[in-house]
This record gives sequence, C-alpha cells and structure tokens, in this order.
Amino acid sequence: MTTNSEQPKKPGVGQIFLEELNNRFKPPEKEKKRGRVGQTIAIPLLAVFTGLIIGGIFIILTTEQVYAAFGQSFGAGLAAAWEAVSKAYSGLFTGAFGDPARMIAALQSGDELQIRRAFNPILESLVTSTPYIFAGLAVALGFRAGVFNIGAEGQIFIGALTATFVGYSITGLPAIIHVPLALLAGAAGGAMWGFIPGWLKAKTGGHEVINTIMMNYIAFRLSDFLLTGPMKRPGSFNPVSPEILPSAWLPRFFPDPIRFHLGFFIALGIAYLVYWYLFKTTWGFELRTVGTNPNAAKYAGMNVTRNIVLAMSLSGALAGLAGANEVLGVNRNLAMAFSSGYGFDSIALALLGNNHPLGVVLASLLFGTLRSGATRMQLTAGIPNDIISILQAVILAFIAAPAIIRTIYRLRKPTVEEAGVTIRGWGG
Amino acid sequence: MTPVLELRGITKRFPGVLANDHIDLTLEQGTIHALLGENGAGKTTLMNILYGLYKPDEGEIFVNGEPFRVQSPSDAIARGIGMVHQHFMLIPVFTVTENVMLGEESLKPGGFLDREAAARRIREISTQYGLEVNPDSYIKDLPVGVQQRVEIIKLLYRNANILIFDEPTAVLTPQEADELFEIMRSLTAQGKSIIFITHKLREVLEVADIITVIRRGKVIGPVTPAEADQSKLAAMMVGREVKLELEKEPARPKEAILKVENLIVTDETHQVAVDDVSFEVHEGEILGIAGVQGNGQTELVEAVTGMRDVEDGKVFLMGKDVTHAVPRKFTEAGTAHIPEDRQRDGLVLPFPVMENLMLCTYYLPPFARRAIIQWDYVMLNATRLVQEYDIRTPSIFTAAGSLSGGNQQKVIVARELSRPIHLLVAAQPTRGLDVGSIEYIHSQILKRRDEGVAVLLVSTELDEIMQLSDRIAVMYRGKITATVSAEEATKELIGLLMAGTPLEDARQQIQKKATQSEKIGGAN
Repeated sequence: MTTNSEQPKKPGVGQIFLEELNNRFKPPEKEKKRGRVGQTIAIPLLAVFTGLIIGGIFIILTTEQVYAAFGQSFGAGLAAAWEAVSKAYSGLFTGAFGDPARMIAALQSGDELQIRRAFNPILESLVTSTPYIFAGLAVALGFRAGVFNIGAEGQIFIGALTATFVGYSITGLPAIIHVPLALLAGAAGGAMWGFIPGWLKAKTGGHEVINTIMMNYIAFRLSDFLLTGPMKRPGSFNPVSPEILPSAWLPRFFPDPIRFHLGFFIALGIAYLVYWYLFKTTWGFELRTVGTNPNAAKYAGMNVTRNIVLAMSLSGALAGLAGANEVLGVNRNLAMAFSSGYGFDSIALALLGNNHPLGVVLASLLFGTLRSGATRMQLTAGIPNDIISILQAVILAFIAAPAIIRTIYRLRKPTVEEAGVTIRGWGG
Repeated sequence: MTPVLELRGITKRFPGVLANDHIDLTLEQGTIHALLGENGAGKTTLMNILYGLYKPDEGEIFVNGEPFRVQSPSDAIARGIGMVHQHFMLIPVFTVTENVMLGEESLKPGGFLDREAAARRIREISTQYGLEVNPDSYIKDLPVGVQQRVEIIKLLYRNANILIFDEPTAVLTPQEADELFEIMRSLTAQGKSIIFITHKLREVLEVADIITVIRRGKVIGPVTPAEADQSKLAAMMVGREVKLELEKEPARPKEAILKVENLIVTDETHQVAVDDVSFEVHEGEILGIAGVQGNGQTELVEAVTGMRDVEDGKVFLMGKDVTHAVPRKFTEAGTAHIPEDRQRDGLVLPFPVMENLMLCTYYLPPFARRAIIQWDYVMLNATRLVQEYDIRTPSIFTAAGSLSGGNQQKVIVARELSRPIHLLVAAQPTRGLDVGSIEYIHSQILKRRDEGVAVLLVSTELDEIMQLSDRIAVMYRGKITATVSAEEATKELIGLLMAGTPLEDARQQIQKKATQSEKIGGAN
C-alpha cells in the first residue's frame, strides 16, 4: 500500500486544522490562499478589531471629560476623546501583559519580588484564560455534535462543588492521587449535569437549550443550599466551603502573588485530547456526523441518540473541569459568590473559535487577556470594566452575523452558504 | 418580428468557474424554447440571471427589443417573466384562489379580500388556456398535476407573457406530463412564450419548437426537433457519443436475497404508507418499483434498509429475519443503499469527499483500527474511488456540498458499490442527474446485477425503470397493484397502472386502443 505512487502525502496537524476550518467550502485552486484560509481567520480578527473600535466609541461616549472638552472647543474635544481611549486601551494592555518599562526596571534591579510583580499581569491573564479554555471546549464539543449546551455555567458550579467536596473531605492522600481525584470528581459532576438534559433530549425530545437553562437554576440553588448548609465551613458566618486541603491544590509554579498554576497546561492538554477525539477517532467522526447531518448518521448506522447523550455528558465533564480548575487552582475554597459567567462567555468562545479546539484556545486567550486587563484598566483609567462585556458582546455579534463584517470590509461571500454547525444547535 | 426575449453574450463567472460563457438565446413569441443541458452546465445560472437573482458579469437582456436591467425577481415579474419552479410554492391549507391571489390580493372597500373577483379571474384564465381547476379546492386535496396548473395560473394571473418551466415533469405521471404539454401548446397558441428547462430528451423532441443545448456554460445549437434525435441531443449535451439504450443481457435470477412478506409501514403521521406488500428480489435480477412519487416507495425503501421501523409483516435478508434490524445490521449483511434524498441521507455535505466515501464502514478495518481512523487509508481509498468512479472534484478534501449533483451521487454510488454486497437498494439513483452520469450509474447497477447482486430499484422515472428492470412492480397508494415482466411492460401499461388502473382493465384498454388505431389505420 505504501508503495502506491498515488498515495497522497500525509498532511500535518496544521494542514488538517486548516482543512478542517475550511471543510465547509474550498474554492478552486486560484483563490485558495485568499478566499479559503482568509475568510475563517479574517472574520474573527476583523470582528475583534471592529469590537475594539466600537468599544472606543463607548468609552468616549461615557467619559464626562470628553463632553466638557467639546464644550470648550472641537479640537479640545477630539484631544480629550483620544486621551480617554488611549488611556483606557493602554491600561488594558498593561493590565493584560504588564508594563514593559516596569518589567525591564525590575529585571535590572534584580529584586525577585519586583520581577514577580512586573510579570504577574501576563501570567494572571493565562490564569483567567484557563477556565475559558475548558468551558469553551465544552460548548464547542456540544456544537460539533449538534447540541447547544447553554448549561456550562451550571455544570461549572456542579464541577466546583464536587471537586471542592473531594478536596476538603478526603484526608491523608498524597497530592499525586488527590489532585487527579478532585479533578475527576469535578469532571464527573459536570458530566452528570450534562447527561441529564442529553438524556432528556434523546428520550423525550426535550430541547437541550431549555433543559440546560433549567439545570443551571438547579445548580445555582443547589450550591446555595449546600454552602449555607451541609458544606458550610464550620464556625464561619459566610456561605463558604471549608478550605481545600493543600494535597488537592493544583500546584503553582511561582511564589505569591503569581497564581499561575498547572491548570493552564492541563487545559492545553485537554484541548489536544478533544482535537484528537474529534478528528482522529471513529467516535469523533460519529459525533461530528451526528452533529452535522443526523439523517446521514442514521443512514450510516450510527446511534444518534447515544451520541447526543455522550456529547452532552462529555461537554458537561469539560465544563465541570473548568469549575474544578478554579477551586483547586485559584480559590482553594468554594464561595457562594463563585459566579464567573465563564459558562455563558464560553458560548461566545466556541463561536469565535469556530468550534475547533485550537480556535477555542486562541479565543480563550483573547477573552482571558481582555478580562484580566480590564481590572487594571478600571484602576488606572477609571473606565468601568463593564466596557469589556460590551466589547465581548460586540465581537460575538459580529461572529454570529458575519455578513456585517463582510459588508464593512467588502469581503466576498463564500459561494457555499455557511451552514454552520453552530446554527444547527438552535433547531434541535 | 422582434423576439420577446433576447439574451446577448451573457457571461457569469464564479470563482474558478465560468458558469455562463457568452450565452445567446432568442425566444420568439408563441414558441416553446427548450433549454437542455447537463447538471451544472449553467442552465440554472442563466435563468437566475434572467430572474434577477444573479448579476451577469457581461451581456445584455432585451425584452420586446428593449434593454432590460433586472435587479430582482419582482422586476422580472413586472416585465411579464414568470417561473414555474420545480418545487411548488403553494400553501397546502389555502384554497386555489387564496394561493393565486397571495401577494396580489384584490380588495373590497374597507380592505377585505375580494375572493370572488379573484376566483372569477381564475375561471377566465382556466377556460382560456384549458387549465382545469376548481378555485375553491384546497391545495392539499389536489393531485400534483393540478397543483402545477395552479402554479401556472399564478403566473398568468400576474400577466406573465414569458413562462419559464424548470424541470416541470419531474413530479408527474406520463399521462399528467402529456396533459402539461397540451397546456403548454395551448399557451403558446395564444401568444405566450415558454422556456422549458429539462434533461429529458424525449420530452424536448415532443414539445419544443426550438432547442438550445448548454454545455459547460456554452451554447451548442440551437437546433429544431426536426433536425435532431435523442442520440444527437445527448451527444450535444455531453460532448461525446452516449449510449442511450443499455445493452442488457437477460437476467439469470437465482435464489431470493430479499424477501418481504405482508409488510405494513406507517409514515410520520402514522398513516399507513406501505400496505400489505409482499415481493422477492433474486440474486442477479433487478426488480423495479414504479409509481408516482408519494405512493409509499420512500417508506418501503426505508423499511427494507432499517431506516424505518416496520409495523407488521416480515423482511428476510438471505433467509435471515431482519424485520426490526437497525441500518448497520443491513450494511453488515451486505446491503448497499443509494438513498432517495442524497443530500438529506446519503451525504454529510460540509464534510470532505474522503470522509463521505467512508460513511457507512468508517468503523471497520482498514478505515479504522481500534477506533483510531487510519487517515492514510481513508485518503488512499478516496483517491482510488475518485479515479475509478470519475468523481469530478478539485480534491478529496473538498466538501461534498460544493460538488455538482451528479458528482455527489457518484460519491454515494462509489461508496456503496465499492464493497462486497448481496443486495443493492437504489432509490431514485439518477434523480436530477445529467445524461452522462445517468449512463454511468445505470451501467454500474447493471454490472452489479450481472455479478449476482439482487437489485431493488425504486424510481419515479419510467424510462429508468423500463430500461433497467427485469420485473416491474407498480406501487399505488401503498400497495403493489401489479407486477409485470419487462417483456410485457410498455410505457402506456405502466402509466395506467401508476394512475391506479387495475391490471386487467389496463390490459383491455391498451388492447382496445390498439384495435382502434388499427381500424383507423385500415380506413386510411
């Protein structure tokens, strides 16, 4: 077989990724470079760029000084507007990546604490990105199977609950066992929370969008109940769980204040695993077929309902890992205020990342960076970090309606209509 | 006389494809101009340009000698151009009148619908052009042929002078098709002009005044029916000689492979769709199931491939009871299934060709080893099949959805026939395909038959059934009303059976007609 001269060259991972991104449509030879890779990558990039511009407009509109300056003269107004935007975005940048000048100064001084502080922002961005990666993968995996998992938020809560419980209640284990056990508990909790709506969809046709939303409420109230009752820290007045035992902590790589921990690399590993599962195994092929054309899946002898249940469970497990990662790596306990919005943002991440693990990782890094930088921006520029939510919302709107981006930037429409996997999720 | 419609040098490029290459077309008033071409030849693109859905890159359109810049379908309608689509645009729960007046409502003072006025116009139109229809009937109660008349009335109601018929006979029985041709002639006799898009050579020769063939975006022709015959037209379409008559050895049927006993299957609405059907398909024979669309063939095919559960009765595959088996059981027992709706069931359109070529056996070696897909083999397999079955695709990584219909079907045929099989269930295997692809797929089916495969062929194309089948069973309202041998089957007989005439009556009618025409012939 290997001697056959017609055998095509084995494509590398990168090539497969590009093919995969584009397996919706591949224009003929000539236009390959521009039309093909172009559109799938250009649209998210342009969406982010346009989002930043619109975010800037909002910053201008919400800054009182700008209005005052316009009252004096038009030039002063423009200057004030420019100052507000540049201050905000430079605050965002230094918040997200750190201040280069400070980094250099710290390195020159040789003071370890200074160095840690200077480099903390960029590592903190990675810390913030980590749960995004897990949750984004969760939603993307669901979309690939044609199910719309809105319940990632609830699954995160349940995953955090189960991981926390294993983290503080089981004593005397070495970290090498305790950490994986707690992570597995988180995954299992999330999987259960995903399995239920998946099973309901498969058996009764109940729409997963409705049922995952309902499961979210149950998860929120369940955690309220547990944190004020059975899982409440003894002797505490606040609804917070007992401290997780150090043996279950995800190891951090640097001393305080840097919280960068092993979870980031686990997330990258899981992302590769999801990629491998989706594109290298027959199970992944079934999942994608069921998600893209359930009729053809049935025709090909695949068990559609089993795949839907499986996909929802796996999706839930990934979301559960996001919750476990947060409590084991960052918080080290579970508080009632442990509400992140990660689960809802992850829908945007999956869309932005085109439901591809690599895309999700990149999108998560972007969102994590934005969110982490926003806190600093609020401090230095006095711009409310809610502006980041607007930015994210605008980006998402552009991703969901690519026609807007195409119109603004005069991009050619792909010839085959974009029957996105994502859209299918809505129809059930 | 100025032609009612003239297209001059219409050119339309899509990335990498020249869909229309300087097409000239002249439609004279009161004529039927047939537009013949393979799938993907550019007929549809041309009509979409005329209808304002695409903008041409070059070229001009003239209506009654005046330049016509069309921006949208409403422009086209305003200039008297109307299209009868292949899939009807009717609302089943509305009456004929309501459907016709939709979008063009006549109103009584106070903003109420004036159904009476509209119904009066419909009656006028229908008597004028011989389009018999009751304005008060609900669409859902009407047979397909009459629904099509409603579509035509809709256009006439909007004063269309140029009517475009897009594959109008696809859904009709031969008798209904003949009625449609009568109507078309009556329309042109009264000054209307018709563009008739089709791939059926016989119909073109029967009804057209002039024929334009489009091949790969270029005009070949025009010719008149007098100058052409079927094989000449086919050659013009494909660009080479085409064998229209299949050379077929007589069947040598052996043991029964598929046996169906008293099968009852229901459809989605729990209505009985297949009603007490029994038949056998033997090794080395083709059993054709003829019938007008929607007489239970879809459900029958789904039941004998495991896609739909059976209410009652038995299905045996090589002696084994597979009545309630899932599709995979059928596949593993050696069934190949060419599904009726290739895009719905047979392909995953956004997936690349190579993945579609492993769709049914992706989990078996050599495609997969312990759940790991062997992409090397998948690509090798795809490369081989693309070559062997002449699938025209830019690469094996191309999404199946961007191939033409004929090549999509070839992907399915290649996949299903490239593994060892005992039974082939082919439902509408050549629907909407061009002559070249049809010829190829037919020859493949025959080849399998000669190799000893039992073939169950379900088709609403009578020509296809007649050409391929060794025995023909006719389905009417869920029942197999008659089974005749290929020798006895004539187009007329099968046509009558498809319309529900009992076998004996049909035979008598044909006999009577034959003697009558003999008499007439004798008198002359």
